[in-house]
Amino acid sequence: MKLLNISSPHTSRPGNTGNVMRRVILATIPGILALTYFFGPGHLIQIAIAASVALGCEASILRLRNKPVMFNLLDYSALLTAILLALSLPPYAPFWVTIVATAFSIIVAKHLYGGLGQNPFNPAMVGFALVLVSFPVAMTTSWSAPTELLENGISFSQALELIFASREHIDAITMATPLDVYKHQVGIETASEILTNPIFTDTSSPATATGWIWVNLGFLLGGIIMLSRGIFTWHIPVSLLGTLTLLSLLIGWDNDQYVPLSLHMLAGATMLGTFFIATDPVTASTTPLGKIIYGAGIGSLIYVIRTWGSYPDAVAFAVLLMNFAAPFIDQYTQPRTYGHTKAVRGLAKKD
Amino acid sequence: MKPIQLHDFSGGIHPNENKIQSTTLEILDAKIPEKLILPIAQHIGAPSKPIVNPGDIVLKGQLIAQGEDFVSCNLHAPTSGVIGDITQKSVPHQSNMAALCIEIITDGKDKWVKHQGVENYLQADASQLIEKIQQAGITGLGGAGFPTHVKASIPASKIDTLIINAAECEPYITADDLLMREHAHEIIQGIEILCQILKPKQCIIGIENNKPQAIETLQNSISSLANNSHHIQVASIPTKYPSGGEKQLIQILTGNEVPNGGLPADIGIVLQNVGTAYAIYQAIAKGEPLISRITTVTGDACDQPRNFRVLLGTQVKDLLTQANTNLKKTSRLIMGGPMMGVTLQDAEVPVVKTTNCIIAASKHELPNPAMEQACIRCGMCTQACPAQLLPQQLYWFAKSSNLDQAKAHNIGDCIECGACSYVCPSNIPLVQYYRFAKGEIKQAHADKIKSDGAKKRFDTRTARLEREIAEKEAKRKARAEAAAKKQADKKAELAKNPAPSEPAPQVDIEALQKKLDATKMAIEKSKAKLAEAQATNSAKVELLQGALEKAQAKMKDIALTISQAKKDAKSPAGTNTEKSSVKVEATDVIEGLKQKVLAAKTRMEKAQERLNMAKEQNLDTVDALQLGVNKQKEKLDAAQKNLEEAAQ
Repeated sequence: MKLLNISSPHTSRPGNTGNVMRRVILATIPGILALTYFFGPGHLIQIAIAASVALGCEASILRLRNKPVMFNLLDYSALLTAILLALSLPPYAPFWVTIVATAFSIIVAKHLYGGLGQNPFNPAMVGFALVLVSFPVAMTTSWSAPTELLENGISFSQALELIFASREHIDAITMATPLDVYKHQVGIETASEILTNPIFTDTSSPATATGWIWVNLGFLLGGIIMLSRGIFTWHIPVSLLGTLTLLSLLIGWDNDQYVPLSLHMLAGATMLGTFFIATDPVTASTTPLGKIIYGAGIGSLIYVIRTWGSYPDAVAFAVLLMNFAAPFIDQYTQPRTYGHTKAVRGLAKKD
Repeated sequence: MKPIQLHDFSGGIHPNENKIQSTTLEILDAKIPEKLILPIAQHIGAPSKPIVNPGDIVLKGQLIAQGEDFVSCNLHAPTSGVIGDITQKSVPHQSNMAALCIEIITDGKDKWVKHQGVENYLQADASQLIEKIQQAGITGLGGAGFPTHVKASIPASKIDTLIINAAECEPYITADDLLMREHAHEIIQGIEILCQILKPKQCIIGIENNKPQAIETLQNSISSLANNSHHIQVASIPTKYPSGGEKQLIQILTGNEVPNGGLPADIGIVLQNVGTAYAIYQAIAKGEPLISRITTVTGDACDQPRNFRVLLGTQVKDLLTQANTNLKKTSRLIMGGPMMGVTLQDAEVPVVKTTNCIIAASKHELPNPAMEQACIRCGMCTQACPAQLLPQQLYWFAKSSNLDQAKAHNIGDCIECGACSYVCPSNIPLVQYYRFAKGEIKQAHADKIKSDGAKKRFDTRTARLEREIAEKEAKRKARAEAAAKKQADKKAELAKNPAPSEPAPQVDIEALQKKLDATKMAIEKSKAKLAEAQATNSAKVELLQGALEKAQAKMKDIALTISQAKKDAKSPAGTNTEKSSVKVEATDVIEGLKQKVLAAKTRMEKAQERLNMAKEQNLDTVDALQLGVNKQKEKLDAAQKNLEEAAQ
């Protein structure tokens, strides 16, 4: 009888970090299906590129850092980063954009900061922001129209050609995103005139964008599943969406001047950003009150950048800006400990 | 009676209960083993003091070790037999440490010592009941082992609510459950006794709702009471770990929190374990001291998990045998529950007053801990923490030994329940990190107290030495002034009234001479004493040195007066104006002074030598010696001055 000598507790809930990451990956499936159905196989190809680059980079860096390679690859964190990044990118972005973004995410944004759990900024969003500011043309002209609006749809071989080889025929399928369209027309046309653009389902209110609404609903579904599984708490999504709604109603109630609420919610990257990006635990605030502030910060920044900034969508920048603030927010939102009369604010002072 | 309003505590977890395995069979009296091992410290507080010797014959229930202090506990022989050796043996502790244990070789007769309960105990005086509880060596049987009589001695005026902890929230453990099922009546009687002592306005038995049978039997016992004058009530609380934690149970049942750094009594609450209530009944009603307890023996290595009534001191291996345990299959042996219990490194250790459970688990049931992964700040620990801490921040602080921040984030409020480690998806042994940080903080605190004390001592000593120097200086000045004044007065007197007055000084000189001799003797004596003190390096050295100096100063004074008197006596009236004759007469005075200067010189040299020696050896007497040298130098200067003056 050889007995183990370990300190308590002696039991733990089964599972590991890999399980958590795997569940998040599974929760992206409804959104991926909607994206593929409405916008062709572009995202699937992007996921494949990003995943192989991410795993390759992760493995080589782990080896460089003398860390167990398989053990760490199996936490699925690199794969998750790759998938989220690929889902954020335009479906028909040239392959080198994806490669640059993914490699930068994994090598610089993740491992140069110390690897999993140590990175202050969301790696996928760092990679996305890098290519967005570096390759604006490739990033804005690679969004496809919903396949419903295309005569022949987008075939797999066509998609491969657009991504890997010639971009000659890109004009045949490309189209601006609904938020982009609305934002650029809103000064010139009235709401009902803008909504005659075929990218919008119909001219009735509330305005919805073809395909995009289902993509967003798909990510919302994935988010609700994760919430019910306790992968994250309600704080960040509720405060993010709540703030965005509130600002949209307070400021943008006039649809002839501002993007309507329904498009804010369901025509851009809002749901993907809310449930998959903002809730990334590593870079988010961790205290209950802090999460609410963090979510509200992202919500307001999204609205501000979308409305007055030069980018039609803003999730990446909003998240990165709030990533900066997360550690500070944490320090000032500590919960009141049992038996104490008030909560501690800030770090301990140096003697 | 209105039902108890239940509250929730934040956090908590729902681990697999694993209680069913050990509740199918009734409590069984464990066999009397061949020997019992009784550690003298089975409780919080001072260890008890053995009052028996190897070879003594003891009877069951006989006192074998006496509580040394108020916060201490008596220990009794669990059965009759002979005292074996009283030596260090390994006791149930995470570190496998050894502690003093009394061994009893049992005789199997199980013969009781004469004992008697308190008659009419429900009308008895509180102090009598408390004394009986103290004599019976009862401690809290829940886990911490706090002496019960101490808790019972809280003034009744302060107590509003008595809470009986029957939550038994840890997985696997069913000792309290079975005890309640089988001995509800005795438990209620025990609670009545506690109420008689503490006089609470209400008494709540907090019990998790996963023990329906126990709840029912308790409720039946309460309703069969002739009159429930103490308002004893059973509160069935939701099953959630750690609802049985003292602070959490108070929060559930009253909605109040025990203030930080305070005790439940500060908010009018006393908590007692349900097993303790039973032990109190046994002690008061029957006069039986605490010599056995109910212990669950379970785990998948046991073929027949069940609860035993175990004599304290029974070795774990004896108990495991009786539960048909496959020792080869056992990979982890735990005393206590799987959340807060300690692992045992061998089965030789005894069951003690706080042993509520033994888990013999196979590798399959409690696998080796998984490899630690990186913290992804998922915050599941924050959601699980019942103390509303930020376990994840504490982990980062503990890992980087950032103790200031860990302290500022209230690491001291961590109850080490293990909920955070349980939920951590990265399998980080969080509690272990907190234990490390707590230990470091404790050590740093102890070190600081020590160094603060040393600094204070040093400062006080320096201040004292400075004060002494100043005082001596002041005294010396006063003396010098007085002497100068005297001299001046005398001169003035002589100048005014030069009439001779020879006979008087003659008498004076003789008396002074005597005095001088006496002082000399005294100096010799004190010198001897001083030498002795110096040899033993005693603290008196300084005192003696002071006394010696005083005596020497006195002697000098007297000598001076004598010489003055002699001078006055020898010189005829009026001759004080003729210097030459005085000079002749003063020659022997100068001779004496010269000798004095020489003596002072040698003294100083000696002192210097001592000082150098001390400096070389770096002794802490250097300061004192330096002072001594300075003084000797002063004396030498003074002597030289005297000599010069006299020579003129």
